[in-house]
Amino acid sequence: MASATAPPAAGDTACVLDRDGMGALVRELRARGRTVIGPTVRDDAIVLAKLESAEELPYGWGVEHEAGYYRVRRRPDGAAFAHSAGPQSWKSFLHPERVRQWAADRGPDGEMTVRPERDEPPSFAFLGVRPCDLRAIQIQDRVMIGGPHRDATYGARRGGAFLIVVECTEPGATCFCVSMDTGPAARPGYDLALTEVVDEAGHRFLARAGTDEGAEILAALPRRPADDLTRTRAREDVEAAAGRMGRTMPEVDLRALLAGTLDAERWNDVAARCLTCGNCTMACPTCFCTTTEDVTDLTGDHAERWRRWESCYDLDFTHLPGGSVRGSGRSRYRQWLTHKLGTWWDQFDSSGCVGCGRCIVWCPVGIDITEEAHALHQESLDGQAGTEDGRP
Amino acid sequence: MKDTGILAAIPEGPRERLMALGHEMSFPAGTRIFEEGGRADRFWIIHTGGVNLDIHVPGRRAAVVETLGAGRLLGWSWLCPPHQWHLGAEATSPVRAWEFNAAEVLELCERDHELDHALLAYVIEVIGRRLRAARTRLLDLYGPYGSGSPG
Amino acid sequence: MTAVPLPYRVTANRPESADTRTIELQPVAEALPVFAPGQFAMVYAFGVGDIPVSVAGIDGSALTHTIRGVGATSRALCAVRAGTQVGVRGPFGTGWDLPSAAGRDLIIVAGGIGLAPLRPLVREALSAPGTYGRLNVLVGARTPADLLYRSELDGWGHPYCGVTVDRAGPEWTGNVGVVTALLDQAAFDPHDTTAFACGPEVMIRAAARELLHRGVPAQHIRISLERNMHCATGHCGHCQLGPLLLCRDGPVVAYDRAKPLLTVREL
Repeated sequence: MASATAPPAAGDTACVLDRDGMGALVRELRARGRTVIGPTVRDDAIVLAKLESAEELPYGWGVEHEAGYYRVRRRPDGAAFAHSAGPQSWKSFLHPERVRQWAADRGPDGEMTVRPERDEPPSFAFLGVRPCDLRAIQIQDRVMIGGPHRDATYGARRGGAFLIVVECTEPGATCFCVSMDTGPAARPGYDLALTEVVDEAGHRFLARAGTDEGAEILAALPRRPADDLTRTRAREDVEAAAGRMGRTMPEVDLRALLAGTLDAERWNDVAARCLTCGNCTMACPTCFCTTTEDVTDLTGDHAERWRRWESCYDLDFTHLPGGSVRGSGRSRYRQWLTHKLGTWWDQFDSSGCVGCGRCIVWCPVGIDITEEAHALHQESLDGQAGTEDGRP
Repeated sequence: MKDTGILAAIPEGPRERLMALGHEMSFPAGTRIFEEGGRADRFWIIHTGGVNLDIHVPGRRAAVVETLGAGRLLGWSWLCPPHQWHLGAEATSPVRAWEFNAAEVLELCERDHELDHALLAYVIEVIGRRLRAARTRLLDLYGPYGSGSPG
Repeated sequence: MTAVPLPYRVTANRPESADTRTIELQPVAEALPVFAPGQFAMVYAFGVGDIPVSVAGIDGSALTHTIRGVGATSRALCAVRAGTQVGVRGPFGTGWDLPSAAGRDLIIVAGGIGLAPLRPLVREALSAPGTYGRLNVLVGARTPADLLYRSELDGWGHPYCGVTVDRAGPEWTGNVGVVTALLDQAAFDPHDTTAFACGPEVMIRAAARELLHRGVPAQHIRISLERNMHCATGHCGHCQLGPLLLCRDGPVVAYDRAKPLLTVREL
């Protein structure tokens, strides 16, 4: 949220924007110096990019998802947000792929001067944050700025970001936010929440503010009071979406399931399919792991420290002087899944999965996190989980 | 003796019958207690002091492979053929120990099956412990790459 | 400072063994907060990188690190000349928390370079006579030539300081064998003992097993663990051991917490 003040009651600000209102929203945000990031169609995908105007939104585009499958398709209703997760997530803007952290210079007598990177990020407005992705941002907040050490890069970008959530009315075949309790309705944490409604009464957005700044912006837009029909349709569409999830997680304590299946036979099964390419970690909106790169110029007296995304699937990720701790693909897939669904709780007091389905879609061999969780659950029910020392 | 030694390993009854066969010995520091290849007809339980086990290497002083301290069994080659010491033993400090004549102990074991069983179990445990220690050292854990290879 | 290294001047660099050196550092200007024994710093060799190094000595704002040259950065740090500068971030991680063992017997088990993080713990215990019970220091090394801090070891144990090596030449008159064998010589009441162990993980597990066997409860056995580490601030994800982020929840972990994690392969 851009503002730390208590959100006003949603009912105070509920109003309806039409497509012109959406255009005015983007103009208003830009007029306030915001860099507006939102979905747009590019290279046969709905990507997140800087928007000059609301006309760049993917009006009339939807997506088809399956494990290892993603296609954009036209939709006749002209809806702008009737699509679910694309290849990117908001972490590309809050936790960039590659950042310089500091630069150091060495003087003639070996003295060292270190200058922290002065990151002056744009003042972001994220338009079209899905409820699952709002949770993902909140999860990364805990990791990057919620602990004893605050990450300056993330903090600077996140601190000023204005979040416009759009509730989900068109879940994809790989969605399971209901299982992860993150959607499809908006949860607190937004500046503005929108619900897109397209029916015989027209194409419009039910809008309400979550913060004072959100209310202030709404007040500056051409809008009309929220009518009962729009409220009802919006509520019904979101409720219906909850019943149309393409995937589910087993209805068990996933943290306990993962803690109890470290030696499951299933890991061998998934390891036989997993390419350890790391696509799932790049697409995942909560995966945060990074590595460091130290570079020098030709004189050797100017050095820089860079940080870039890294994946726990990389063999070197656990490198120690004697070798890598997680040498097998089995152990690396297991690390990713047990962290995401299980040990994330121990480390950051929440799940690391929001149910967006990106890891399923972007896996080149179509490995499905929900299918793996169901299989582990079934194996634990069957009592087939091996003993700690019983496996080669 | 420490509670991890023979006192803990053998129940009180048979232990007392065994100890009745032992007699206290002392060795000044530097004593060669037995030599590699010698006839293994005795064993000791170290009470105080330390004993080095070594292997003869031509051209240098005997290579020490393990040090035994208080509470430890010194010698088990008496238990099985060819009844020869496979290492040498040297007191590194003044040693006090219980010495047992192997023939007397084996004879008692013929009659005393409870002792026979307990003593065998004890010696196997000792040998197992030393085997584990030897295997651990074989890993060269303190080497530069901790039993791995430079990555 | 935890995000950006502070310049520290190298005031000494002396050999400990063929591949291991001890460097002494003084802050050039601003100093980091005071380190506790068991905590670690990220030490930066200019242009090469930074690595986690436990503190082997703490003297006000001066830091001592013992480093084994096994990788690019550690070799660069072993080669730093007195008068030049390195960067330091920290302090990071959990310490040994010796004060919580007040009144109890202490057993310190070190293997190889694992003695380095235990050195300030021994010094802390020695500096507070009467605060703790009996101090037993058990040191294992590869060979006599690999022993760290040889000149200091004599004064360390009250009542017991034992040294053993895996392999010895003819000049060695001390113990040969695994470090756990030295427990026979240590004087302690297992139910009222706190143990501290650092070394290769196989050694730590063996030491903990032996201590448990002798009656020291798992929650009173503290071990220091090692995993790959880049940021030390809980953001890079590399140092995970199951539920633990070792830069934050470690490196010192109680054995009751660590034991189930150390038995899972490739965790």
